[in-house]
Amino acid sequence: MAFLNGLKCRECGREYPAEPLNVCDFCFGPLEVVYDYATISEVVSRDRISQGPLSIWRYADLLPVDSEEPVDIMAGYTPLIKAKNLGKRLGLNNLYLKNDSVNPSFSFKDRVVSVAATKAVEFGFDTLACASTGNLACSVAAHAARAGIRSIVFIPSDLERGKVIGAAIYGPTLVAVDGTYDEVNRLCSEIGDNYPWAFVNINMRPYYAEGSKTLGYEVAEQLGWRLPDHVVIPSASGAMFTKIWKGFNELACLGLLEGVDAISFGPDQNTAHHPAVTTRMHMTQAAGCSPIATAWQNGQTHVRPVRPNSIAKSLAIGNPADGIYALRVLEESGGSAQIVPEDRVVDGIKLLAETEGIFTETAGGVVMSGLQHLAESGAFGKDELVVVYITGNGLKTQEAVEEVVNPLSIRPTLSSFEEALQGRPLAIR
Amino acid sequence: MDKQRVKFSFEGDQVKDPIIYQLGRNFHIVTNIRRAEVQENLGWVILELDGEKEEIERGLQWVSSTGVRVDPLSGDVIEG
Repeated sequence: MAFLNGLKCRECGREYPAEPLNVCDFCFGPLEVVYDYATISEVVSRDRISQGPLSIWRYADLLPVDSEEPVDIMAGYTPLIKAKNLGKRLGLNNLYLKNDSVNPSFSFKDRVVSVAATKAVEFGFDTLACASTGNLACSVAAHAARAGIRSIVFIPSDLERGKVIGAAIYGPTLVAVDGTYDEVNRLCSEIGDNYPWAFVNINMRPYYAEGSKTLGYEVAEQLGWRLPDHVVIPSASGAMFTKIWKGFNELACLGLLEGVDAISFGPDQNTAHHPAVTTRMHMTQAAGCSPIATAWQNGQTHVRPVRPNSIAKSLAIGNPADGIYALRVLEESGGSAQIVPEDRVVDGIKLLAETEGIFTETAGGVVMSGLQHLAESGAFGKDELVVVYITGNGLKTQEAVEEVVNPLSIRPTLSSFEEALQGRPLAIR
Repeated sequence: MDKQRVKFSFEGDQVKDPIIYQLGRNFHIVTNIRRAEVQENLGWVILELDGEKEEIERGLQWVSSTGVRVDPLSGDVIEG
């Protein structure tokens, strides 16, 4: 049962019914969902949530869907791990990793796509679509398979074979587009506007983006209904960054956090800020595509689009739809935006793997290197609670770390083994 | 006839150029600005273009050739 009143333009405030729309007809501003929080507050409780499924759908009261049977491949409820080894390395006693790389299609995209797919089925669409360079393609194809509907996935023609297979296995119609990034982007935007499909990040976007709030809910629940002092997040469009903040503030305004009284959401639900939410939001972007972080560091309110040229392809959005809203969250939360040099991305992947046994993709390398820089620059107190979001699995970007494969080559004899060992002692932590 | 919703981003001296006026004057395109922000040396305009599809394409190619960046209205739709 959705507690959804409809959609509202984030810029001019015009209201629309809950339909497959993403842009205000009047000012072309983005549309956001509007909830009936008065009714939600009468229904939702920590007990009710704890009795829900071990997936994002335990928070169904706070998601914009009606269906009692969501399109669910069990996205979410991923581990929150205390990172003792990494914490020791960085001088942090309360460092935690939200490991979203273990989602069913191996990235956080399963959260947003599960919501978009559920809404698409509710609206009666028979085709789920997206344009992607990896994670989103896999998730859309997987959820369409689960829902029993068609999927069509647009990919750049030069996409690595491993990523193509990761999406193709679920049986979508794959369309490889030959063109520059801008050409592919423009074509897919035009197709999204002209075909009667549920394009997850176009006409489904207001609903799709809400799925990222669950990254905030879960961390709070897993910390005993408390919020961290700091979160460190990789960012592309800025949507996930803003939605985690929204999730924290929703929990606070509804009185679901420990020791925090409920308050009104105020006139604009999407900018509600409970004074008890003091988490500092830290964003990380790779230097080859850092439009939001660059704007922040230059003190600008305008995000200047860039042409992506980064090893972290899952973060390569040169014209981020939620960039200006992410800047507002940075300001409001007292956070920061880090630009990670491209040559530090792989270092970050290795750091996480070697200290905590988690193999993340390049976006994870960006967030780890950003975390390291923040820790070294004294951004955190040593006992403050810091949560880092790991959003994708390293198996998807193996080509980025091929250099680690350097085995000892031996003959099948003990003497050969011992001879080889003499030249290279066992790795010591 | 076709309609397209686009975002132009300007930088530096481009802010002073009457790009939208010239687009309407030199091509058979009706321009309709819906939202904009212009600062001293950068700015953006979100607008709707009304005209024949080929004419809009020609017009947008000309805008791009001036160095003004042309993007789809809702930002990038290709995601990782």
